[in-house]
Amino acid sequence: MSALEVRGLACARGDVRLFRDVSFAAVPGEWIALTGANGSGKTTLLRCVAGLVRPEAGELLWDGRPAHARDAPLRERAIFVGHAPGVKDDLTAGENLRDALTLRGVVCGANAMDEALAHVGLSTRRRLAARRLSAGQRRRIALARLWLDPAPVWLLDEPLAALDAGGEKLFTALLERHLARGGLAIIATHHALVPGADREVRLGS
Amino acid sequence: MKGFRWAYARDLRLAWRHPGESLLVVVFFAIVASLFPLGVGAEPQVLARIGPGVIWVCALLAALLSLPSMLFADYLDGSLEQMALSPYPMASWLAGKVAAHWTVTGLPLTLLSPLLGLEYGLETDTEAVLAAGLLLGTPMLSLLGAACSALTLGARGAGTLLALLALPLFVPVLIFGAGAAEAQASGLSPQAALSLLGAGLIFAGLAVPPAACEAIRIALD
Repeated sequence: MSALEVRGLACARGDVRLFRDVSFAAVPGEWIALTGANGSGKTTLLRCVAGLVRPEAGELLWDGRPAHARDAPLRERAIFVGHAPGVKDDLTAGENLRDALTLRGVVCGANAMDEALAHVGLSTRRRLAARRLSAGQRRRIALARLWLDPAPVWLLDEPLAALDAGGEKLFTALLERHLARGGLAIIATHHALVPGADREVRLGS
Repeated sequence: MKGFRWAYARDLRLAWRHPGESLLVVVFFAIVASLFPLGVGAEPQVLARIGPGVIWVCALLAALLSLPSMLFADYLDGSLEQMALSPYPMASWLAGKVAAHWTVTGLPLTLLSPLLGLEYGLETDTEAVLAAGLLLGTPMLSLLGAACSALTLGARGAGTLLALLALPLFVPVLIFGAGAAEAQASGLSPQAALSLLGAGLIFAGLAVPPAACEAIRIALD
């Protein structure tokens, strides 16, 4: 069982202090909702935990040990999906999915990928270049990634943006499955998700 | 190595989906290099004299033209941060991207150069030295270009800044590349210039990836 802990994190963007002294812990099977007004630093906090942004102060602990974001083992365990889902316009949904998984070192059969794409409702579109997909459908490629990637830690930035009601339901089911498997998630969101957050971290108050 | 393979295969596939973009660079190279004989006049001695230098300058400009696509598109659509977060070392996939960039731009330029040399009436052995110089020099252009485009990620007016940053760095490559071919043309040994190009390539191959990685980290921060 592994847990992620954030202690006294502080971040600034230029001269603007976004947040300071943010501490929370996430244990397997729980998810943490990251809330706050626009510009309160939700994305920065997530990027900080993912290791993209260097915090001004504070530390990240994994199983009680300080974790450096550049450590490969930590990276293997965490998956980050930001505002831009990293979908290449010129590649098809299937290729995008395969590239994203290979990049994370996940080996997946073609059948499993087809199944995941069918699960997120893209089976008829999987040979279409991503530029012909809608914003919501591109998001669904990211959902298929979450479906196949066994990473125990999810760091998601507004995962429901551009998704329709069906997509929201799909995401909720994915999240439930992830938590039931002993995964943990930190999700920046404005939406109330069905498996209610086990904890809420409110920024900017 | 996995990271290298991943990035190389992916970038080649992307280039293949959009053959126009890389073809444009090669066509630009060919057209600009062909404009000079038209502008300068068809005097064989003059053409043979300026040929290697002109072809090299055209190769620099063509390489510059292709730089923005190396990292910037990935930066905009979020792929770059996914790569930065992957378990593969950053230098490995960056090297793959540079290699792919060279394969779709530097390699065709090198292969095309003997044909352009004909326009300038270059001797066969001068053409060979010119191509050898390009073979050693164009990977260096891709490497230096990668560092420069990593530095300009997220900057406003990145395209112009990139040109201002990259062109001065390309100067030594130009001097030794064109110098090798000119030495051969005037009956001297091109070996010194070619060796320096080779040394430069080794140095760039070792020094540029760490610098470019740091620049990417800063851009994503």
